[in-house]
Amino acid sequence: MVRLLALMAFLIMGAVASFATHAAGVPKPMVKIEGSGQCIAAAEEMRLNHMNMLGHQRDRSLRQGIRGEKASLIGCVDCHASKSTGSVLGKDGFCESCHAFSAVKVDCWQCHQPKANFKATGTAGAVGAAGAVGAKP
Amino acid sequence: MTEPNDKSRRGFLGAAAVGAAGLGVAAIAPGLHLIEVSQASAPGKGASSKVRWGMLIDTTKCASDCNACVKACNSENGISEVLKDPRQASQWIRKIDLKDAKSGITHSLPMMCQHCEHPPCVDVCPTHASMKRADGIVLVDRHTCIGCRYCMLACPYKARSFVHMTLTEQNPEVPRGQGCVESCTFCVHRVDKGQIPACVEACANAEHNAMLFGDLNDPNSAIAQRIAEVKTTQVRADLKLNVGVRYQGI
Repeated sequence: MVRLLALMAFLIMGAVASFATHAAGVPKPMVKIEGSGQCIAAAEEMRLNHMNMLGHQRDRSLRQGIRGEKASLIGCVDCHASKSTGSVLGKDGFCESCHAFSAVKVDCWQCHQPKANFKATGTAGAVGAAGAVGAKP
Repeated sequence: MTEPNDKSRRGFLGAAAVGAAGLGVAAIAPGLHLIEVSQASAPGKGASSKVRWGMLIDTTKCASDCNACVKACNSENGISEVLKDPRQASQWIRKIDLKDAKSGITHSLPMMCQHCEHPPCVDVCPTHASMKRADGIVLVDRHTCIGCRYCMLACPYKARSFVHMTLTEQNPEVPRGQGCVESCTFCVHRVDKGQIPACVEACANAEHNAMLFGDLNDPNSAIAQRIAEVKTTQVRADLKLNVGVRYQGI
C-alpha cells in the first residue's frame, strides 16, 4: 500500500513538473495592434466575444440584409491588417498569431479576404459558352 | 437564423402589416399621408419585402460580340481563377446565342440566376444555405453550404457553379471559396448601397442599354413601367417560378 502511494505521488509530481515546464516553454502570442483608433469594444470583451459578434452579424447581414453594423469582418481587417504584409494572416498576423497559440482553427479566410483594401481584377469570361437552358426563340 | 417559409403565416403577417400601415400609406400627421417609396435597404433596416428586385433584358439591344456584362461581373465579384477544365469554371453570368432553326433568326442574351419567387434551389437545400431574401434576391449562405450541389441539379437555368479550387483573390465585399455553391447575387453588396449591379452598369457603359434593374413592386420604377408597356418573357414560365429576370424580344 505504501509503495502504491509512493508510486502515485511520484507520477502526480512528474505530471505537474512537466506541465509547468511546458507552460513556461510556449511563447505567448505577440499581438500587434496596428490601427490607431478605438476598437468597437474593450479588448477583454473582444477577446471573449469577437466570434459571437461576427457570427450573429453575419447572419443578419446575409439573411436579412442588415448592413452597417458595428461588428464586421471587413472592419476587423481594415484596422488590424499588418502594415508590412497587409494581411491579418501570417506568423505575426493579428488573427493567426492568437489562433495558432490557442490552437483554434479559423475558417473565415477560406472565403473572406484577409488583406486590407484588396481589389480583385477578375478575368474576362467566355462568350457564347454553354447551350440555351430551355429557352427557345 | 432561417426565415419562416410558411406561406400562410407569411400571408397573414403581410396582410396584418398592410392593414396596420394603411395600404402602404404612412401617416406623418393627422390627415397628412406620405406614400412610402421602396428603396435600397437603409443602414440597420435590412431587406424589405415591399421591394422585389428584378431585371429586364432587351435581347434586341444585346450584341452577340459583346461580353461587357460577363467581364464586369467577374471583376466585381473577384472571379479570376483559371481551372484546368474550363467546364468547371464559375459562371455567375454567361452570354448565350440562340438561333431559331426554321427562320434562322438569332438572339444573344445574358443568362444568370433568375431570382425566382419560388426558387427550386431553396426547396431542395438540405441545410437551408440556399435562401431568398425578403426583397427577392436568392443567395447562398456559404456558412452553412456543405457543397452537396443539389441546388445545381434543381436549377432549371444552370445558374449555379461550384467552386473547385482554393481561392485567394476574393473581393472583400464578395466572400467566396472552395467547396461551396455560388451564383449571381444581383450584386447584393452594391444594391444594399443603392447602386445597380455591375453587369447593368457595364451594359450601359458599353452603350447597349440592354439591361434594366429595379424594383418590380414599385409602379413608378422604370422597370415596372417597361414591363407594363411591352411584352416580356419569363424563361421557362411553364415552371411557374415567377422569376425576377425577364427578357424582351425572345
